[in-house]
Amino acid sequence: MTSESTENQPNISQETAISMQNITISYGNSAAVRNVYCEIPRGKVTAFIGPSGCGKSTLLRSINRMNDLIEGCTLKGRILFDGVDLYAATVDPVEVRRRIGMVFQQPNPFPKSIYENIAFGARINGYTGNMDELVERSLRQAAVWDECKDKLKDSGYSLSGGQQQRLCIARTIAIQPEVILMDEPCSALDPISTLKIEETMHELKKSFTIVIVTHNMQQAVRVSDETAFFNAETVENRSGKVGYLVEFSDTQSIFNSPQQQATQDYVSGRFG
Amino acid sequence: MTGLAALFSLVAVLPLILVLGYVLLKGASKISISLFTELPPPPGLDGGGIGNAIVGTLVVTLIAALFAIPVGVGGGIYLAEYSRSDWFARFVRFGTNVLSGVPSIIAGVFIYGTLVTSRILFGNSYSAVAGGLALSILMIPTVIKTTDEGLKLVPDDLRRGALGVGASRFSTITQITLPAAFTPIATGVVLAIARAAGETAPLIFTALFSSYWANLFSVDGLFSSIATLSVLIYNFSIMPLEVQNELAWAASFILVALILSLNLFARWLGRFASR
Repeated sequence: MTSESTENQPNISQETAISMQNITISYGNSAAVRNVYCEIPRGKVTAFIGPSGCGKSTLLRSINRMNDLIEGCTLKGRILFDGVDLYAATVDPVEVRRRIGMVFQQPNPFPKSIYENIAFGARINGYTGNMDELVERSLRQAAVWDECKDKLKDSGYSLSGGQQQRLCIARTIAIQPEVILMDEPCSALDPISTLKIEETMHELKKSFTIVIVTHNMQQAVRVSDETAFFNAETVENRSGKVGYLVEFSDTQSIFNSPQQQATQDYVSGRFG
Repeated sequence: MTGLAALFSLVAVLPLILVLGYVLLKGASKISISLFTELPPPPGLDGGGIGNAIVGTLVVTLIAALFAIPVGVGGGIYLAEYSRSDWFARFVRFGTNVLSGVPSIIAGVFIYGTLVTSRILFGNSYSAVAGGLALSILMIPTVIKTTDEGLKLVPDDLRRGALGVGASRFSTITQITLPAAFTPIATGVVLAIARAAGETAPLIFTALFSSYWANLFSVDGLFSSIATLSVLIYNFSIMPLEVQNELAWAASFILVALILSLNLFARWLGRFASR
């Protein structure tokens, strides 16, 4: 698939989790990313790669309506999730975020105990089952149970950076979303923690759809099944750049036999 | 040069030391149990205490806090969390700054004109409630400002994390942001209370004064005039009676001790770094 989509798809296949149709996102009057057509497959890890400033994070945030928090940010086009346009007037952004979770670049645990960090999200979403069991299950799935099991009452801040990030992943898993968005989750972490998180992603792939933005091409090769390559071009009459989707295919093709020259240049390190 | 600067600092602190010292000297001798448990004596007689004034100050300050805290914290939450930088938020911020500079007697006269003379409060004129409301006008700007600043100090990352797990704006504010800003807000509230406890001018027109115990067992007590330490000091200091003058000194000591301990409490609160 390249950036030109072929036709409108009234019947979104069961294998597509999120369908982005002609998305243009602007901050104020200047577009940050334009005319993106993208089908995120269900149950797989999709990576967004590209140089700085090409709108990957902006696009990622738009999927769970986090851009609503930014003043002046507007979106044109449709993002379909379960056949529903997420930006329709009748859609509640809070509901969207319950089903599409997000892990941020900087670990941001709440100033509460480790147990409460996980329980908070679950409680907010009306979870009435066994909380202890949910906390343990989420921490296990995020591969941080062994380091935490003896200190569930300690503050979330008492963990190291990598552990905090895995706690944030556990907290996102606990609300049982269908999609997990990750915005450069390992860029603030050391290589060992990064490895642990990548292993976690392999496990999580079995139950969730994952979209990850990453600057690290080797990471994209290691974890993702599909990769979307974005690039940025300068706009005349305006400073700054606007991003666009160059190529979207399975990871092997993008890295070994890309169809666009820009993709080839980026993955071989000639720029970026 | 250092010597000169040190000298000026000493001069700056001197009034505080002198005032506290003098009040301590004159008032401490009169401290006794009867001071807290008895009513002021009729003119000409000896003995007595300022018990009703102490209770009155506590009651009026409590009423003021009960009104000022929800309004102030609510206003601060609106400014920090909900408002965009539109004209209304700017107007509220400007109004708050102006209100904080309004002389306290104006607040008193305002409540006098609207509540006391018109007898709107269930037909009562001078009342503890009116006094409390006058004091709350003085407290609200401080509480709004410290809440606003305290909430702005909470990193945005925390809010994004909460929204990211599907919390609504309201849940995020009440369960994540507000607890994280608890220390600065609590400090601001305590300092506002300390200021209100010592005000005299607003209470002269609103709570007036009373020589009897406030009847706290019925709602009536809150809607009649009530004794307060600051007004007692005002009334008794200029009486040509020695007993009353001494009681005024004792009341000054109690009042200064109260405000000092509130300030120390606020500083102790400030040492609670939020975890």
